Amino acid sequence: MKNKTIIFLFISLSILLLGFINEYSISKKDVELKIPKGFPKPNYDFAENPLSPDKFELGRKLFYDPILSKDSSTSCESCHQRVAAFAHIDHALSHGIDGKIGTRNVPALQNMIWRDTYMWDGGVNNLEVQPLNPITSPIEMNETLPNIILKLKASKGYSALFKKIYKDTVINSERILKSLAQFTGLMISANSRYDKYNAGKDTFSIQEKNGLETFRVKCASCHKEPLFTDNSYRNNGILPDTSLNDIGRGKITNQETDNYKFKVPSLRNIEMTFPYMHDGRYKKLKDVLNHYSSKNHNSTVDSEIKKIGELSDIERKDIIAFLLTLTDREFLNDKRFGDPNRK
Amino acid sequence: MLSIGFNHYVDSLVLKLDSIVYKNELGQTYNINNFKYYISNIELISENGKKIRSKEYFLINEDIETSKKIILNSIPEGNYTSMRFMVGVDSLHNCNGAQSGALDPVNSMFWTWNTGYIFMKLEGKSSSSTATGKNFEYHIGGYKAPSNAIRTITLKLEHPLIIEKGKISELKINVNAAEVLKSPTTIDFSKLPTIVDSKNATMIADNYMDMFSIQK
Repeated sequence: MKNKTIIFLFISLSILLLGFINEYSISKKDVELKIPKGFPKPNYDFAENPLSPDKFELGRKLFYDPILSKDSSTSCESCHQRVAAFAHIDHALSHGIDGKIGTRNVPALQNMIWRDTYMWDGGVNNLEVQPLNPITSPIEMNETLPNIILKLKASKGYSALFKKIYKDTVINSERILKSLAQFTGLMISANSRYDKYNAGKDTFSIQEKNGLETFRVKCASCHKEPLFTDNSYRNNGILPDTSLNDIGRGKITNQETDNYKFKVPSLRNIEMTFPYMHDGRYKKLKDVLNHYSSKNHNSTVDSEIKKIGELSDIERKDIIAFLLTLTDREFLNDKRFGDPNRK
Repeated sequence: MLSIGFNHYVDSLVLKLDSIVYKNELGQTYNINNFKYYISNIELISENGKKIRSKEYFLINEDIETSKKIILNSIPEGNYTSMRFMVGVDSLHNCNGAQSGALDPVNSMFWTWNTGYIFMKLEGKSSSSTATGKNFEYHIGGYKAPSNAIRTITLKLEHPLIIEKGKISELKINVNAAEVLKSPTTIDFSKLPTIVDSKNATMIADNYMDMFSIQK
């Protein structure tokens, strides 16, 4: 009787656990690189890091695993949440280990192989080495590479996965970073209503059409289609937050003329990535447009922003209606990018 | 086969980590607890002007005895009259993403927030230092103008280096770590105890350009 109860409990528990495990395993087709029509040639070249289902899977596992932080509290996904298009939902500034607060808003992740640099200040020059930044930052994950390697070696799951991929027992930073780059590099968002409208596969309302037209006149010189960024650094005119004293790009280049410049962010999936701006100061798109429409800018504001001028109420509403067409539900629901430990 | 040994000094004294007290140009006393640098793009120039370039990257670390002797395997036979090498890592390999071996960021010679390798690290303590714990640290890197700290060193070989098949030729290079702190710019531990970005890096790189010499 007792044995039967134990067996019953064991089976129930197994079923329960299985239910939480992502049954979606990565196939060869899942890691084919498809360049969307109209997109330029990517800056990141997978030829040096050949895509494979197992490496992608390893990258996905690492992305969702707090093992990369010092006290196993914080994963990449802690701040880059899938529900928020891999930004941090409703958090103005990033939150790291021990409740520490960062100095910038978590950027959304998508179309990263078309960027030439990473981070708001462009300090990182290659997708593969980007994770080193949050991993070693004392206010983000506060961990060291040697420690991560020790932890991965001690994990049966990970050592088996590395062995399956590389046919040896070596776990090093290059292998870790390249697998993460496979996972994040394949996050391609190009199936929004805007993309379908462009391809003649969807229709826009009059408001959305007007919004796109106004956007092209007022915003697209920096938020250039189809990536919605020109990969440049600009001073968008917001008054520096004196409590953060963040000079942005200037810290990287040591050029005074680069002070208070930040990377032009892509606007894809912007509906999900609030709050906005490099320090997350604006909760709503309405606030962002109010800013660009106003004259209350700092003295070194970018000349393109000076050209915008005042936007009428209708223009603002149209632009917002258009921006909402940049939400890519297929990308947001793409099972490849889901948590491998959850259904 | 060529073996190149790097012998570390502080002026006329042998470099010993943590123990010996040295004096800089200003009479400030200090000791050294870390001294590491990259050597790459080694070129040997033969007497008829032919150049041989090695594609290997070496991290020389005072604290790791074996790192101070490097072996170049594929040098063709010949008589070589000068050598050239980079202190640091060329710009291509600063942009190459994740790399292993000497260029593995695990070696703590990599800036994560402003991508690039630290070409040279000199750390220690000085009673004159105004930084926390009386420490000083000079982390020198940067591959982009105007903060390009890559330096190429040329050394004439007074006695031609002869490479013969089946033999190991030896070259010994003296490295005077004190040169990091002087000529052309004398470093004052009380005024500039810390350089950890590319801002003042070129100044220190210009200083250590002349720290290498062929042992006679």
